[in-house]
Amino acid sequence: MPAKPRSLLGIEPLSSRQILDFLASARKMNPARPSNKLRGRRVALLFYENSTRTRVSFEIAAKALGASTVVIHTSSSSAEKGESLKDTGLTLRSIVDAIVVRHPSSGSPNLLARILDIPIINAGDGMHEHPSQALLDAFTILQHKKTLKGLKIVTVGDIFHSRVARSDAILFSRLGAQLTLCGPEILLPDAAAQLGPGIRIERDMDKAVAGADVVMMLRVQQERLSGMKINVDEYVSQYQLTAARMRLAKKNAIIMHPGPMIRGMELTDEVADSPQSVVLEQVLNGVKVRMAILAALLGGKR
Amino acid sequence: MSETLLIRGGLLIDPAQRIEEPRDLLIRNGSIAEVAKPGTLKGADKVIQVKNLVVAPGFVDLHAHLREPGQSHKETIATGTAAAAAGGFTSVCAMPNTAPVNDSPAITRWMRDPERGAVVNVFPIAAATVGSAGEKLSDYRELVAEGAVAVSDDGRPILDDNIMRDALSAAARLGIPVIQHAEDTRLTKGSPMNLGATSFRLGLRGQPREAEWKIVERDVRLAHETKAALHVAHISTLEGLDLVRMGRKAGARVTAEVCPHHFLFTEENCTDYDTRYKMNPPLRTAADREAMLQGLLDGTVDAIATDHAPHALYEKEVEFDRAMYGITGLEVAFAAAVTELHRRRKAPLSRVIELLTTNPARIVNLEGRGTLAKGSIADITLIDPKARWKYDVRKTRSKSRNCPYDGMEFHGKVVATIVGGRVVYEG
Repeated sequence: MPAKPRSLLGIEPLSSRQILDFLASARKMNPARPSNKLRGRRVALLFYENSTRTRVSFEIAAKALGASTVVIHTSSSSAEKGESLKDTGLTLRSIVDAIVVRHPSSGSPNLLARILDIPIINAGDGMHEHPSQALLDAFTILQHKKTLKGLKIVTVGDIFHSRVARSDAILFSRLGAQLTLCGPEILLPDAAAQLGPGIRIERDMDKAVAGADVVMMLRVQQERLSGMKINVDEYVSQYQLTAARMRLAKKNAIIMHPGPMIRGMELTDEVADSPQSVVLEQVLNGVKVRMAILAALLGGKR
Repeated sequence: MSETLLIRGGLLIDPAQRIEEPRDLLIRNGSIAEVAKPGTLKGADKVIQVKNLVVAPGFVDLHAHLREPGQSHKETIATGTAAAAAGGFTSVCAMPNTAPVNDSPAITRWMRDPERGAVVNVFPIAAATVGSAGEKLSDYRELVAEGAVAVSDDGRPILDDNIMRDALSAAARLGIPVIQHAEDTRLTKGSPMNLGATSFRLGLRGQPREAEWKIVERDVRLAHETKAALHVAHISTLEGLDLVRMGRKAGARVTAEVCPHHFLFTEENCTDYDTRYKMNPPLRTAADREAMLQGLLDGTVDAIATDHAPHALYEKEVEFDRAMYGITGLEVAFAAAVTELHRRRKAPLSRVIELLTTNPARIVNLEGRGTLAKGSIADITLIDPKARWKYDVRKTRSKSRNCPYDGMEFHGKVVATIVGGRVVYEG
């Protein structure tokens, strides 16, 4: 792995040094003060899945750096006519300088990166990774906590279907956090503990949340369940973040959620709107982190 | 007057006769006329001098997809058998998942027609059920009469217990094996790799190991019950192999094949979503790979088969979960076996040859093949076991290039392939 990656395919290929470099760079970014760093550069936002926050976030980030963007949705693209990802990539290659891609198939960005010689930025691939989200999560945590080292983080919910959970788990454990994953077996197989060193699995949410510095809640991805059955009442009683459960965490613990949030399912209104929630900070930080990613991969020599 | 051919100066390795000695071979009318001590045979029309080479029976592949009829954009019988010849195979058993499925005497006959341009022997494996739909048995008697050597619904395994029992009984009456691709497809839908920590990390759905071994378990039980011959195709899990081992000990007529990729690679090869490592059964864990090697060494595994599965680039260079399953393998199977089993694991070369000749020929009852005893058919492979070479898929004779062996270095090279006394390949 070179000191400066050409593409951002996931957290997995990054060293902790590279992760810290992205975070340091994000701290210097200000979406409200546009720059010309990427003037004349063209970024394609290739979205094969619906997304509001990630797409808008990347778009604002690119524009804040002076780049121009083009958004391609599957509904309006050749994909519907049966064009392959490879051909779409090759076509875009001749007119843009980087591709931000979201795709329902895990590993799609790897395929593009193998074929094309321009930076590929993974904006979420299947159940695999969502690296910019993990970076913004780490960024947000570090606005409230001094370091990730030794920090008690608990992620609760549908880990199996979550690319955010995978990227977060790899990043948090790589930077030395004590990560606990919590959820029912069907949404959290034991294999998840092998995502990184020191990752623990705890099925009992009260125990998982006890003494936590950070509580990260995830949505149950009903659209990816493919036949699995979840008993909603049971799920809510066992894995919903309530004010009572939140009291088991440290007093100054923060509540995070990558969105979209389903109130009444994985968390209560009370918790979602509590002062401990940093969900809206996550959204703002997302732009900064994505500016840092685009600047690192597209900046410099042409 | 028929022409005679003398192969002189080689080391004959014929596991069927337990021979591993310098021998000269005289071929007449496409058959082995004499096997004699070096220098004792004289007066042939043509002489092939093979100093420092091994003379082995021609290799027999129990598991190849030649894609005809119907999928000639991937492979044809002509190109597939050309690749086979380059890999030292003189006989190839062709799986029935063609388009249409080979469930009829007409298709079986069509595949064997000289018009297809096969350069090695093609032995069709016919569909075990009509359309490989798993519901109604095809007509085994008619299929065997046209040259089918076994039945299988490869890729669409027989899940219904009663149909499988009927298939075994019907096959047993004709003396042919049922070849089963052991996979409970109800447990593997949309799962492009092995289930485990690696599939979890890659965000890919995984095939549980029991999807294979539970079918092996059931099939071995039914084979025992019906006294029929069951051949387990491309086995990949250690539990599955143990069940074969135990079933045989208990008296069931069960044999098994392993593919080179299952003793060379593991699921870790899928890490970059390289679809050349996507096959079915999927690459498993390091422990499974080790178990396959042990089985090959200790005799539990009967044969090495390629599962040669050519696909066009556009079918493979796509998202991992959308790519077709399978890789090409006819040209490197022998070298892969020599490199891993003989060089690294110290198996005698005769064991490698047995896995590619005597044993597979016996499993599908190829009369007069798989051995070079006097009177047998002159299907011969000449081998340089010490040669080192690098596989370059751009030079493949197959129509497709979906092959993870590209660029890999091997020991053991096929020097010439002879089918019925005629040289069909020279390397």
